[in-house]
Amino acid sequence: MTLSVQSVWLIPALPLLAAAIGALTPRGGRKLAAGCAIAAMSVAFVLSCLALNGALVNPAQHAVFNFVWFDLGHRTVDLGLLLDPLTALMLVMVTFVGTLIFIFSLGYMKEDANFTRFFCFLSLFAAAMLGLLVANSLLLLFVCWELVGLASYLLIGFWFHKPSAAAAAKKAFITTRIGDLGFLLGMLWLYNSTQTLLFYDGGHGCLETGVLAGLTGSTVAGGLALSTAIGLLIFCGAVGKSGQFPLHVWLPDAMEGPTPVSALIHAATMVAAGVFLIARVYPLMAADQLLEHVPVHALTVVAFIGAITALLGAVIAVAQNDIKRILAFSTVSQLGYMMLALGVGAPAAAIFHLLTHAFFKALLFLGAGSVIHAAHHEQDIRRLGGLRLRMRVTFAAFTAGMLALAGFPFVFSGFWSKEGILHAAHEWDVSQLPLYMGLTAVVLTAFYMTRLMAEVFFGHGRSHEAEHAHENPAVMTVPLVLLAICAVVLGFLGTPAWPWLQSVLTGKAIEPHSIFEGGGLMLLSIILVGAGLGLGWAVYGRRLRQKAEAADPLQTAMPGVFAALADRLGFDEFYAATVFRLNAYAAALADFLDRRVWGGLVSFLGSLGEFAGLVNRSVDEDGLNGGFDSFSEGVRGTGQRYSRLQTGEVHGYLRTLAIGFVVLVLIVVLGGVR
Amino acid sequence: MNALPCTIYVSFTGALLALLAGRVSAAAARWVALATAVTAWGLTLSAAAHFVPAAAVQTLVDAPWVPTLGIRYHLAADGISLTLVVLTGLAATAGILFSWNIKERTGEFFALYLALIGGVYGVFLSADVFLLFVFYEIAIVPKYFLIANWGSTRREYGAMKLALYSFAGSALVLLGVLWAYAAGGSHGFGLTDLATAAAGFTRGEQIAMFALVFLGFAVLAGMFPFHTWAPTGHVAAPTGASMLLAGVVMKLGAYGCLRVALPLFPIGFAFWQPCIAWLAIIGILYAGFVALVQDDFKFVIGYSSVSHMGFVLLGLAAANVRAASGAVLQMFSHGVIAGLLFAVVGRMVYERTHTRKLADLRLLPLHRLLPFAAVTFVLAGLASMGMPGFSGFPAELTILIGVWTTSRIWALAAAVGVLVAAAFTLRAIQVSFFGKVETAGESPAPADHAHPLDPITLPEKLGTVLLLGATILIGLKPDLLLGWITPALQSPFFQTVLKGGTP
Repeated sequence: MTLSVQSVWLIPALPLLAAAIGALTPRGGRKLAAGCAIAAMSVAFVLSCLALNGALVNPAQHAVFNFVWFDLGHRTVDLGLLLDPLTALMLVMVTFVGTLIFIFSLGYMKEDANFTRFFCFLSLFAAAMLGLLVANSLLLLFVCWELVGLASYLLIGFWFHKPSAAAAAKKAFITTRIGDLGFLLGMLWLYNSTQTLLFYDGGHGCLETGVLAGLTGSTVAGGLALSTAIGLLIFCGAVGKSGQFPLHVWLPDAMEGPTPVSALIHAATMVAAGVFLIARVYPLMAADQLLEHVPVHALTVVAFIGAITALLGAVIAVAQNDIKRILAFSTVSQLGYMMLALGVGAPAAAIFHLLTHAFFKALLFLGAGSVIHAAHHEQDIRRLGGLRLRMRVTFAAFTAGMLALAGFPFVFSGFWSKEGILHAAHEWDVSQLPLYMGLTAVVLTAFYMTRLMAEVFFGHGRSHEAEHAHENPAVMTVPLVLLAICAVVLGFLGTPAWPWLQSVLTGKAIEPHSIFEGGGLMLLSIILVGAGLGLGWAVYGRRLRQKAEAADPLQTAMPGVFAALADRLGFDEFYAATVFRLNAYAAALADFLDRRVWGGLVSFLGSLGEFAGLVNRSVDEDGLNGGFDSFSEGVRGTGQRYSRLQTGEVHGYLRTLAIGFVVLVLIVVLGGVR
Repeated sequence: MNALPCTIYVSFTGALLALLAGRVSAAAARWVALATAVTAWGLTLSAAAHFVPAAAVQTLVDAPWVPTLGIRYHLAADGISLTLVVLTGLAATAGILFSWNIKERTGEFFALYLALIGGVYGVFLSADVFLLFVFYEIAIVPKYFLIANWGSTRREYGAMKLALYSFAGSALVLLGVLWAYAAGGSHGFGLTDLATAAAGFTRGEQIAMFALVFLGFAVLAGMFPFHTWAPTGHVAAPTGASMLLAGVVMKLGAYGCLRVALPLFPIGFAFWQPCIAWLAIIGILYAGFVALVQDDFKFVIGYSSVSHMGFVLLGLAAANVRAASGAVLQMFSHGVIAGLLFAVVGRMVYERTHTRKLADLRLLPLHRLLPFAAVTFVLAGLASMGMPGFSGFPAELTILIGVWTTSRIWALAAAVGVLVAAAFTLRAIQVSFFGKVETAGESPAPADHAHPLDPITLPEKLGTVLLLGATILIGLKPDLLLGWITPALQSPFFQTVLKGGTP
């Protein structure tokens, strides 16, 4: 059984329907709202599997279904649906992880008063994300992209009574919108250059050879190819949504939302949308690769931004104390790896890492959620501790996730997907710098995850909450176990020995290699992972923290560096001092102008109007009375009337003005007729 | 189509009837007003249902009025007029629903209200510039009295400022039109007559005439730096009036620019084009920034109106079919969305809490006291910031697509406005409705129950549903309106000034 591209709209439509039902359900209807949401997601998962089944028949084919949205004179704006292995794999991932997270939320949000609203927003998010995946038009993708942003705003700010949550929601929305501005401009440019926003349209789509040739053929300012300029503008959107440097600042703050939200949106799916976008428009991004005399290739920028982000996220994660923030920065770092893979020309490796990361990061976040829920919303790793014995299932699952993230060799999925990226970076002929940055981040990842494990699960509880934590019910632990299994198994879909995923994604059969081909680099990364784990254990595991207040060993060793890292290298302060202040000044200036300057202009115009009224009136009376004396009288009388008007008799004044205008009209009209 | 002129007569008759019914009872006046507005709206909708999109303007009535001067009572409609009369009917109906609670001198209020609506219908249907001007003036006068008598904060000042600006604007328009009439040999005021005559004018004449006419109309469309009447006027106006002011009266100005100034003086326009575009862009950004720091809730919305009207003007300035289609779509979209925002702020919130200061509102847990208002405002705010799914998105997108073909820099600068819009809208949403900081689990403070706010009434809910429904419908299916607008802009009349879009 397969699902055809014409029916693929059902997959986003189901959660949308669930969201609508959730929105109309009163607060009491908790079972209805949650039941609909989970049922819709499960059915969407089944449909996604059918869609995947269909897409695998001929992986090289892009099945499309296009239709007109609106007509702009001699050009139409079209939307469309697309089904290919990339879409189908992402659909399966999002619906599967989504279903598990929805189920987990049943337990996690049990006590929340706004339970129904939560499921409504979750379903809205899922619908937007799934819509984004099936879009065959950059415009439809952008529409869903914005809705994803909206849903994330609503979910981050779900506990809006916390000022930090409200601020984080706004920050996330505005920061990603800065990136979206570039996306929008890229889209406008693309539409005006190619007259289409469809990806695949029987040879006329903007990702197809004929159109791309036109885009690479013309150059814009600075000698850039047109496709490079458009590609980089679209990449801005991905930078915002996927938390890439320098717009990564919103992602860690987004942890103010409930933890299932962090798992779903800020780890597994939404932030992956940026990576998906670049993978989707990869033909456009890579179109300039054949050109030799251009200042820069679009993918080179992507690779370097990715490498910087991978390293930056890992460095900052070392000095964070909030369990969710550590995971958030690790997400930033892992997304950087994915961008790096795209940049060095290995989209299949990027998507492989995206998929494995989605599972193990969802696992880690839900594991953290399990910890936080058990410890009554204690998130500071210094105040946790000793949970290994009290929460055995969570501990086991979390360990699997941690090892997958750290890239523990052979058994865990993260190892294989990260290996793929590092090999691709190694083969990149532009620069080896991204490879070295990626390798450095490998050590740091293993290090900070060991620190997290040691602080949270080992030693003894360092607060009342941690000491009295106990394992959560099955509704929360079963999703963890399922995700843990995936975190292991999934890696075998894309090993060099059986590169199924790569073959499917590229639509070409890829010859299996020996696992140990390129063994030098693999050995190096295994050594680096080992070093990171060992170092982490040496610093944090051998001498476990005794008191919550005790200083971090790194802090004692390098107080300056640690403080800078804990401060997230001052990005937020920098933006506050530049962008926000500039914005505030501009707003204050505009306000001042409006109150004072244009206000003055109004008074001036007002007095001009009064003057005109007076003149007209005096001319009028003049004409009636005639003679110089009455003229003087008239002026005096008008003066008196004027002073009366000043006291607020506006109706009379308006009448005056109206009469003046009638006279003026008559004079001019009659004058014109003669 | 042929029933469209009746919208004018129905509205004026309704105005008289409402005045008389007001002597009987306030309720009678309300129902008369509602019946009138709904009838007129129904007429526009039935015309729309039978409308076959075409480039040509369809003449509805054409009779000599002042034969010696060549003034004719000439009413005509095309897809643009149709879009705007449908908007007028919708905004008028919703406005009456949100004015249901007017208690003092109800009859007079609705009489003036309907007279204004009649004038607006007249402007959108006039094909004779002099007639258009007369209706334009008819629409302005009731505005003044509505604000001065039923308004709030500094109403005399706001009303006077609005009247002054409006009259100054119309004086400029009149001057320009009369000049063109005289220079063209005084044959008549018909739009096509004047356009034919204007083709023979010198460049200098066109430049000067265009400046007079365009500026005159643009004042009412809220063009920077002649926009300051709008926020003060909105703030002072009673809710129904500010809904009309933002919803349709600002459109009169933009409509005048599109219908009269641009096609009559294409050479003059070409000279002023960059200047208009930059003023529009400055307006978009500037008003957005001002909105970001306002402490009066209604001022935020007032400035957001100016910012959105900047998109309309920019769409016109870009002078191609796409951008102009977007501009007309944005007129509709903004009319609906601004109406809704003013309804929430003016009617749902202010008349219950008696404050519009954001600093006061943030202390109230409004989202719990007025959940319906909170949800409505969030949705209207999303629509206002151009979220997909609401009418603002296709409108602004179409404008930007069109503007891009004319100038990339303009498109870039205007797109930043979308960002600013998100910032001030989110601020307004968070501070006004979700500002109250509570500690988790705390029961509602007793003070909340001391002064319970009146629940949202049925007319308010009906009005909300109408406006929200319209913005979502057009957001999902912009073709409904674009299908009327685009062919009209491809007519030879507009093709003298608009580029790109031969049918």
